[in-house]
Amino acid sequence: MNVALIKPTAAEVASDVFAAARDRLPGKGPVAEARRAAFDDFAKKGLPHRRVEEWKYTDLRVLLREVAALAAPPDAAALKRAEAALATLDVTGAHRLVLVDGVFAPSLSDTTLEAGVTTHRLADILNDAGNATRADLLRTNATADIMVALNAALATDGVVLGVADDAKLTKPLHIVHVATQSAASLATRSFLKLGKGSQATLVESFIAAGGAQTYQTHDAVVLWAGEGAHLDHIRLVEDARDAANISTAIVTLGTGTQYRAFNLTSGAAVSRYQAFVRFGGENAHADVNGVSLLNGRQHADNTLVLDHTVPHCTSNEVFRAVVDEAAHSVFQGRINVHPDAQKTDARMMTRALLLSDEAEADNKPELEIFADDVQCGHGATTGALDDSLLFYLRARGLPEKEAQALLIQAFVGEAMEAIADESLRDVAIATAERWLARRG
Amino acid sequence: MSALLEVRNLQVRVEEREILHGLSLTVNKGEVHAIMGPNGSGKSTLSHVIAGKPGYEVTGGEILFKGEDLLEMSPDERAAKGVFLAFQYPVEIPGVATMTFLRTALNAQRKARGESEYSTPDFLKKVRAVAASLNIPQEMLRRGVNVGFSGGEKKRNEVLQMGLFEPSLCILDEMDSGLDIDALRIAADGVNALRSSERAMVVITHYQRLLNYIVPDFVHVMSKGRVVKSGGKELALELEEKGYAQFEEQAA
Repeated sequence: MNVALIKPTAAEVASDVFAAARDRLPGKGPVAEARRAAFDDFAKKGLPHRRVEEWKYTDLRVLLREVAALAAPPDAAALKRAEAALATLDVTGAHRLVLVDGVFAPSLSDTTLEAGVTTHRLADILNDAGNATRADLLRTNATADIMVALNAALATDGVVLGVADDAKLTKPLHIVHVATQSAASLATRSFLKLGKGSQATLVESFIAAGGAQTYQTHDAVVLWAGEGAHLDHIRLVEDARDAANISTAIVTLGTGTQYRAFNLTSGAAVSRYQAFVRFGGENAHADVNGVSLLNGRQHADNTLVLDHTVPHCTSNEVFRAVVDEAAHSVFQGRINVHPDAQKTDARMMTRALLLSDEAEADNKPELEIFADDVQCGHGATTGALDDSLLFYLRARGLPEKEAQALLIQAFVGEAMEAIADESLRDVAIATAERWLARRG
Repeated sequence: MSALLEVRNLQVRVEEREILHGLSLTVNKGEVHAIMGPNGSGKSTLSHVIAGKPGYEVTGGEILFKGEDLLEMSPDERAAKGVFLAFQYPVEIPGVATMTFLRTALNAQRKARGESEYSTPDFLKKVRAVAASLNIPQEMLRRGVNVGFSGGEKKRNEVLQMGLFEPSLCILDEMDSGLDIDALRIAADGVNALRSSERAMVVITHYQRLLNYIVPDFVHVMSKGRVVKSGGKELALELEEKGYAQFEEQAA
């Protein structure tokens, strides 16, 4: 007798995940409708795969296979484990806002923030029937990206931050994602709106409590910088070595703003960080930098889409990947210069350093220019450490690994220069040093 | 007492071609030896093999340094033991600050020798003192390693490292290449300041000119992978007058 075993498709699995979670997801009425619509979008296409151009190098059907069930809300034991994990963070002196397994944890967060900052929980806003625009928070799909839709459908919580006009924050705002569970999804969505002339630094950390494995982070942040605002944005992806992290930033820059972003990926088995940065006002500048430090079988994708929609804006992207063993780095940098965006100056330089024969790096710069008076430049290189530099250092007494480490630090250093805050730059440098020290 | 450096019947190949065919050389501490010879005679190969540059296959002979088998050591172990190669073309290392490089290298050597590492203030004091004694401007120390340096500055940076690491054997590979006469004199003054009864130098050069500034105790002429003639400093003058052709016939 033949027994046909029919495996459910990834979309069917996701439907089950959504159906199981629906009742506990915050927000009824229009919020629930927005989730339903977002989920229907996702279900039609399912997880993106290699035949979807934007996801060509990061086939989630192979790398994730399916969307894991939502993590249960953290209990007292989970919070205790999360607290222990927080003690390992390098970033200190920041306003700490902690999300454990996708749920805001007031007991682990700073409750009093400095003047000029407002904070709310996303779940509270979504549950507030008196808030007529609450469902919009799940409709901010400025992109048609399917993983952003999934995030809207499943988001359990997040922080909604506001910075008042002209407020210049003295401490960074630090959103910390802690996973304590295994084989579960964490879905979060956070917001930061900077008032005119304000200044703030947003740090996002992704970490795991001991024992948390194979979880999936599905995160989105939506950032608006008002006229003349300065926003520094630092991300530190230090997830468990077998976890996945699929994150999106949707950034809108007002007139005369400065946005300096830096993404450091050293954790997670599979990660994708996609940033959609839109220039909404003239004379704005963005530095969008990143470093990936990868080994084992890690796969890390940085996909940046910059939309120059208005004239007189400048952008600079510097990305470095250090790829050891059988790891795989992906960089996709897309710059769209719209017809009206004259006098745009957009530059992009991406370099990958391969430390083993099995290491792989895909660099894909894409420029689409519809204005005629612009300057755009891009470059991409992939290579090994320079033997003549290594020999010079060794002839001066540096053992092989130390010589390599010095050259690797120099290689990533240029991308780290975009971190204006010295102590945060030191955190990034220390992360790189630890990574290098583990190479032995 | 054994020699500082003893090269015995050294045979070296690069890929399939033999470059050195049984070279011997003895250097004692306190001595300055010049190795001269035409292009392709194997001078730079000798310096690279002594420093441990990859890509050379030693097929015969041995190199003893302070009585130990140098060929068994990695390049960094050789540096820690006191071998210093001043490069013909020092490399630029963007992103590595000169001070970081100097401190890391000095402390790596000290650590390998079982000595205590320098603290940052002690290191700064030391490097400033060495730079001052060699007339090297502090400004050079604030840049990336050799980044944007002129040919003369690069050679002075090599001399600075020599002063800082205090090696017992300095090999100067074509120190004069790419230098005008003023830059050459400045670099040579630095080298002369580091001459001592405890330190030996091997000066590799194509031209006699350099030896007007760094006066050797011994001169060796290399041709086709061998030392074909050795003598005192007057041998260099003889070469200047008569050229290398007479020795190429001898080597053939």
